[in-house]
Amino acid sequence: MSKGILRVKARVKGDMTNVKIMAKHDMETGNRKDSKGNKIPAKYIQNLTIDVKGRRVIEAYLGPAVSKNPYLAFTFEGGEKGDELQMTWMENTGDSAIETAFIK
Amino acid sequence: MINRRGALKAILTNSAILGMMALIPRISLAAWNTQAFSAEDQDTVINTLYDDIPTDSAHINLKAPDIAENGAVVPITVHTTLPDVKSISVVVAKNPLPLAAQFMIPKGTQAGVSCRIRMGETSQVTAVVETATGNFSSSKEVKVTIGGCGG
Repeated sequence: MSKGILRVKARVKGDMTNVKIMAKHDMETGNRKDSKGNKIPAKYIQNLTIDVKGRRVIEAYLGPAVSKNPYLAFTFEGGEKGDELQMTWMENTGDSAIETAFIK
Repeated sequence: MINRRGALKAILTNSAILGMMALIPRISLAAWNTQAFSAEDQDTVINTLYDDIPTDSAHINLKAPDIAENGAVVPITVHTTLPDVKSISVVVAKNPLPLAAQFMIPKGTQAGVSCRIRMGETSQVTAVVETATGNFSSSKEVKVTIGGCGG
């Protein structure tokens, strides 16, 4: 299980919090072939959910048509400096992890 | 040597590990719509995800490049002023699997997302916004000069 693939920038702007996330991930579609002509099996992030203080702020379902190193930006109401973002991601392979980041 | 203390400790750590294993998938196990994500044409995607066919709306701002030089990374931004938005989906008509991504928007989160998708060829890109009062969509053609799907 790979760990620490999410790069996060979360900033408070007035009464809103702006979140930008990039995941370091190949998002392998399952259509590509390696140099020997063998298919590279699909391996992509299917699910990314983010909670702040037990409140769900976004839930993203991704398909293989999401680009390599997926990027996601969104804005939610509330949130304060120092609040923890709990980010859970899961691959189509079943691998999953929970990562955290703080609002700045 | 197995004594009472050792046995207790073993039971406790084992059950803690088991508990973690049971917990992690359950947290992340959400409704990734397998049928919609594996559908091979746009109509099937729409019919699988929505009861009503989305109607065109001028209140959806779909930002995508007119020409994408590289289909492997096409930035898409969807914003809407429609009230009570439940979800936003991005559908690329001519991709082998048209449904690219679906975002669930809980109350308190603004109805706007940015993401980057792959496009195999020039195609209509459609943003579908599901609200409490109905489904709405907005489309834009994106010309792709180099495809991003497959080798």
